[in-house]
Amino acid sequence: MKNIDSISHVSGKSVYVDDIPVLDNTLYALIVPATIAHGVLKKIEYTGDHSDFVRMITASDIPGENQIGSIIPDEELLSSQDIHFMGQAIAIIVAKSLNSAYMIRDEVHVEYDEYKAITDPRVAFNSGNIIGESRKFQCGDIVWADCDTIVSDRVDMGGQEHLYLETHGSYVIPTERGYKVISSTQSPSSVQKMIARVLGISMHLVEVDVNRLGGGFGGKEDQATPIACMAALAVNITDRPVKLILDRIDDLKMTGKRHPYSADYKIGMKSNKIIAYDVIFYQNAGASADLSPAVLERTLFHATNSYYIPNFKATAYSCRTNLPPNTAFRGFGGPQGMFVIEAAIDKLAEKSGIPAYVLQEANLMKNGDKFPYGQITDNLMLTDAWSKIKTIKNVYEEEIEQFNHNNKYFSKGMAIMPITFGISFTNTMMNQGSALVNIYQDGSIGLSTGAVEMGQGVNTRILQALISSFGVSADRVKMETTNTTRAINTSPSAASSTHDLNGWATLDACNQLIRRLEKLLIDEYQAGSVEFINNRVIFNDRSLSWDELIQFAFTKRVDLAAHGYYCTPDIYFDKEKEKGHPFAYYTTGVAIQMATVDIIRGTYKLDKIDIIHDSGRVMNSNLDRGQIEGALAQGLGWMLLEDLQYDDNGRLLSNALSTYKIPDINFMPDIKIEFIGANNPLGLMGSKSIGEPPLMYGIAGYFAVRNAMRNHKNIDMAYKTPLTPERILMGLFS
Amino acid sequence: MTVEFILNKETITTDINPNIPLLDFIRDHQMLKGTKIGCREGDCGACTVLLGELKNNEVIYKTITSCLTPLGNVNGRHVVTIEGLSHPDNIIQLNMISTGATQCGFCTPGFVVSLTAAAINKQNPVESLDGNICRCTGYNSIKIASQLVFDQLQDTDNLLAKNIVPQYFANIPDRLGDIKFVKNTGTTIIGGGTDLYVQKQRVLLDKQLEFSTHNSDLRYIIPDKDSIRIGAGTTMSEFISNKHISELIDTEQLKLIASTPVRNIATIAGNLVNASPIGDFSVILLALNAKILITNSTKNREISLDEFFVSYKKINLQQDEMIIEIKIPKDTIKFNFEKVSKRMYLDIASVNSACAVYTENNIIRSIRISAGGVYEIPLLLRETAEYMIAKELNEKTFKEACSIAVKEIKPISDVRGSKEYKTLLLQQLIKAHLIQLEGQQ
Repeated sequence: MKNIDSISHVSGKSVYVDDIPVLDNTLYALIVPATIAHGVLKKIEYTGDHSDFVRMITASDIPGENQIGSIIPDEELLSSQDIHFMGQAIAIIVAKSLNSAYMIRDEVHVEYDEYKAITDPRVAFNSGNIIGESRKFQCGDIVWADCDTIVSDRVDMGGQEHLYLETHGSYVIPTERGYKVISSTQSPSSVQKMIARVLGISMHLVEVDVNRLGGGFGGKEDQATPIACMAALAVNITDRPVKLILDRIDDLKMTGKRHPYSADYKIGMKSNKIIAYDVIFYQNAGASADLSPAVLERTLFHATNSYYIPNFKATAYSCRTNLPPNTAFRGFGGPQGMFVIEAAIDKLAEKSGIPAYVLQEANLMKNGDKFPYGQITDNLMLTDAWSKIKTIKNVYEEEIEQFNHNNKYFSKGMAIMPITFGISFTNTMMNQGSALVNIYQDGSIGLSTGAVEMGQGVNTRILQALISSFGVSADRVKMETTNTTRAINTSPSAASSTHDLNGWATLDACNQLIRRLEKLLIDEYQAGSVEFINNRVIFNDRSLSWDELIQFAFTKRVDLAAHGYYCTPDIYFDKEKEKGHPFAYYTTGVAIQMATVDIIRGTYKLDKIDIIHDSGRVMNSNLDRGQIEGALAQGLGWMLLEDLQYDDNGRLLSNALSTYKIPDINFMPDIKIEFIGANNPLGLMGSKSIGEPPLMYGIAGYFAVRNAMRNHKNIDMAYKTPLTPERILMGLFS
Repeated sequence: MTVEFILNKETITTDINPNIPLLDFIRDHQMLKGTKIGCREGDCGACTVLLGELKNNEVIYKTITSCLTPLGNVNGRHVVTIEGLSHPDNIIQLNMISTGATQCGFCTPGFVVSLTAAAINKQNPVESLDGNICRCTGYNSIKIASQLVFDQLQDTDNLLAKNIVPQYFANIPDRLGDIKFVKNTGTTIIGGGTDLYVQKQRVLLDKQLEFSTHNSDLRYIIPDKDSIRIGAGTTMSEFISNKHISELIDTEQLKLIASTPVRNIATIAGNLVNASPIGDFSVILLALNAKILITNSTKNREISLDEFFVSYKKINLQQDEMIIEIKIPKDTIKFNFEKVSKRMYLDIASVNSACAVYTENNIIRSIRISAGGVYEIPLLLRETAEYMIAKELNEKTFKEACSIAVKEIKPISDVRGSKEYKTLLLQQLIKAHLIQLEGQQ
């Protein structure tokens, strides 16, 4: 099945927040951002007399709590005094037109006392600026004396802007029942909860509705919430509809990104087996906790990537700096954990003279192996994928050897990247989903779930599950908006788990309805076996059309609506011991990437990538390919291209699309994907989740370029991302 | 002023402020929401629309970024948005659906519009997408869809039959011919708008803009005996696709500049007047020893381009003056242009450089090397060139040239690179010039 939204997408009819026709009396809001990264707000005033000026809202106008921290309450909606990052909201301008709002904002007068900003996580760590407790995962006993090769080094990873094409936005309308909130959020229930908190009202007065997102990637998991809260606050104060859309510059300036990390490691092996790995992660959390503690935890879960390492110690600190609060981004800390172990293996390879892929293979996780946090693996297709990649590697190697022999100014290289990514929210509580299936008396169906459609195709997958259960065709079903009055207390659409959680909940609702319909057929027709297929129900050698059955059920007073619920079974995690079984299952695969470096110019070209991916039983190959290719682009972008830069004062330098570049059509390599995998009992329709894991195939891009450089000459280059043309050229000439 | 144009099927006559971006007119005044706001600086392509211009009774369609285009610039033209292209049997749309070339959908209308222009102009489909960013798909499905479209077009020239353009396109030439528009005057002359409208659309609302791109007197490329004369309003695309220009230099390299929809409206003179120290055309034209003709409506003056850039963003142009023509001498030269940026396409260079050389028996008789991103203005490396005269075109000469060049430059560290990197990179680009020039022998 194709993405059910694609017809409206290609014709420009898909509606996003900014496309909704507004009510006549709508006001327009803009956020006034702090222009310093650290200090105290002394004064803020607007003394102009613009005829369109309605209100300037500051912290003292907030009727409820001025607090939006979701894990740790350490973040104000509007600064009451302290400034923690440049771009922090200090006031909201409300005006009769958007243009006027901009003109008024330009005239707002702000005075600060400015303090020195911290932008480096190690500096923050050294001055004791830590969020929450440090975390430590450990297993076995590290004995360095047992190792025959030991290396240690420092690794630095840059952040990454989400760059969802649709910027943050919200439109809030006052109604006689409270607040109707239209938001571009991955987490409608968080928006609902925080608006209630900020306005000092109960959650039932806030209805949040999400049609679709023009991209999310984690950026709208937690950080759509303050935008919606500010619009709702403006509605509360003006009693008029308020629209608040961030323009691209504001969005880049005000919102958090993927976390930059710095890490120190020491790794040791004995005859190709890694027997000791000690790593310390310094996460650059930005100014407040946001989701950083959870991101930090996932870094630890994935610190050994796909390798079995018996003696292991990883310590992680979430360091508070004066950058915008960094937040969820596809991979959620996993990529950073994986990059460090890959860098460590690369360095081991360099020191020992043994190719990295030999070390990778020798330490690859097998079914039955245990991760440092205690979960034992099963249903991994890692070794199967690896053996297929090995065949491809031989072809790559030959091509590279020949090319490098014949070229003076260009050098090719390659790298292999295995991935093993745990599927579930690591916060066990969040692994729940719900659905509401309404069958109308004519047989048509409306389906509401807690899943937010943001391009990943979750609605298409859930629809597939529903129609396979009812045996009806897709045109009988409408996927409703995600709305907090129909799907309540939802978890964010995140953690690659959305279609599992909400799909299983949908099937739960479908099963309830099927049981009711079967009972009807048994009661009325003494039906034996009942089968739902091709828009018909077949029983006792006869059949009814689905529509006839539903009309009949309605006349016989059968309840034709069902609420479905799902929570992932058998998962738990003990944070005291840092042990448990946090994941429903693992998504795995292996990629091999080839790249060419231009020795003269220091530029590179990503030639091609082959991916063997375990998607369980593939439920939609069109969507799965899309998820792999899209995640790969983001992973390659993070590793090589996307250069997020702040100056020492905490000012974003890459502050526009002219200075922050993401992959374009010419950047991407040729991509070949082969699916392997077996039925996955915990995945929807036997599949495996795919949203985040393939991003980490992009790590191969870094090492392919590095190896291309190394094939030209010995290099002594720090492990620092992104590996830009600047770093390549300086690396070649260092 | 009254702006009259055709938007999709409809003739629009409006007296609203012609300075507003076309994007806002389409979305807020016409309520056509399929054209999206992504960045307002021409870097994402979500706002791409088609602009049709009548030339010799035929309408030429090109993509433009509607965020950077003032409404006044579409006077007398045909603007086509996604709503004006959609059809249930449109093979671009059908192939994008079947290959999964759309995920969140926000960028998708822009891709459909760009592929439409590529189909109309028989352009390489992937090249036509150099101005469109997608954050979801990784582009593979888009490449496959583009290829399928172009395969399916192999047997026909009839875009109407494939529903790539709708039936109403047939009458557009006549309808455009019927529109009479009056040239406006103003105190600020605007070309394509691709620089002035970057994030500054509100600042321009109150200005008296003179929309110059209608002025066909300024859009020409004419070869004379000694030089090629280029009208100041000539767009980058017109420059790159011109056969007289491509006889002089390899224009393939110029596709590294901006993107298709930006090149379609950005003017050569605009790129010069912008005076960016890293301006690609400034660097190219410096090496080509271009002259510029400047007028203040009472008298003309001609200066060499290397006298035009004075200091950072300061140019040798008075308030009442404008550039009307650029002249490139038709010297027998070998030419090379180099540009390194973080991303190869649609990015601003860290360092760019151009080199034009004339040799006899491999001895350099004349040479001009320019460099951007290494000084407060686009820089002609005079001393470097002076040293190289009468030397052999070889590695030794270029190596020595590098060591002179680094003394002529004063790069600063910024978001596009450290000064150490820029210093090294310029030397590498000079080496690259040699490799490329030797290849041309």
